Amino acid sequence: MGETLKVAVKIMPRPEALDPQGRAVHGALKKLGFTVDDCRVGKIVILEINEDVAASAILKAQQMAEKLLYNPLIETFEVYAL
Amino acid sequence: MKPIGVLRFLGTNCDADVIWALNELKAPNKYIWWADHFDEADYSGFVLPGGFSYGDYLRVGALAARTPAMEDIQIAAKKGKSILGICNGFQILCEAGLLPGALTKNSSLKFQDQWVSVVPKNMGSHWTRMNSIMRLPIAHSMGRYIADESTLKSLSDNRQIWLEYKDNPNGSMKNIAGICNAKGNVAALMPHPERAMADWMGSHDGKLIFEVLQWNR
Repeated sequence: MGETLKVAVKIMPRPEALDPQGRAVHGALKKLGFTVDDCRVGKIVILEINEDVAASAILKAQQMAEKLLYNPLIETFEVYAL
Repeated sequence: MKPIGVLRFLGTNCDADVIWALNELKAPNKYIWWADHFDEADYSGFVLPGGFSYGDYLRVGALAARTPAMEDIQIAAKKGKSILGICNGFQILCEAGLLPGALTKNSSLKFQDQWVSVVPKNMGSHWTRMNSIMRLPIAHSMGRYIADESTLKSLSDNRQIWLEYKDNPNGSMKNIAGICNAKGNVAALMPHPERAMADWMGSHDGKLIFEVLQWNR
């Protein structure tokens, strides 16, 4: 059995897509007196994958992203080894 | 007569209302549990009711779309069975790839619970009996239909835009309230026809929506 590797899948709304959550948080930050040019809200899914090799764990995470974790119509994703 | 299958996922909450509506129309019906496989040949059609399947976690409809029962819905869709999605059912059908596009947060950023007028449009052979403005209730926060330009164009070209809002409540592209697939056997809408089955409910126009399941038998 291999060891467990941690991999993060970062999912963001597509740049051209309306991001109402980001817009709402942006508005709240401005009301608190912060100067922010833009704000977008996405999500991170952290996976623990039983693999020795980081590249294999990343490949599995990519497959999971494509099968379930992201919707290409509205989102983009990136995978990172942690 | 074979029953209409009504799918129940964890968090579906309009299932009993849909059964009630089908009973009103004297249409035999039967629940289908999300974890069970079924034979599409045993059913005349299917309804995916509204609700908040899996608490809308990850993305609306995403987890329900990948359940065992939905594997058989994919087969039923290929074989031409009538499939009607309502609200969360619409979101699930998009996530399952059975309808194009996606449903996103209302442009108001709010949950909207109100009556709307919808206009039947570009109807294929199955939809031609709907010819007037219908009054139906909506209740959703993720009802803004979006798709890329080429998908929107193909929806128009193939006459797949089924229902349009008269006064767009949620920012949906092309005022879309309901669409169908290219073959016309998979259709879905954001408004709730099961909540508009009799005048005492405020409208009886929902009956026309459910009749869709019977024309296609």
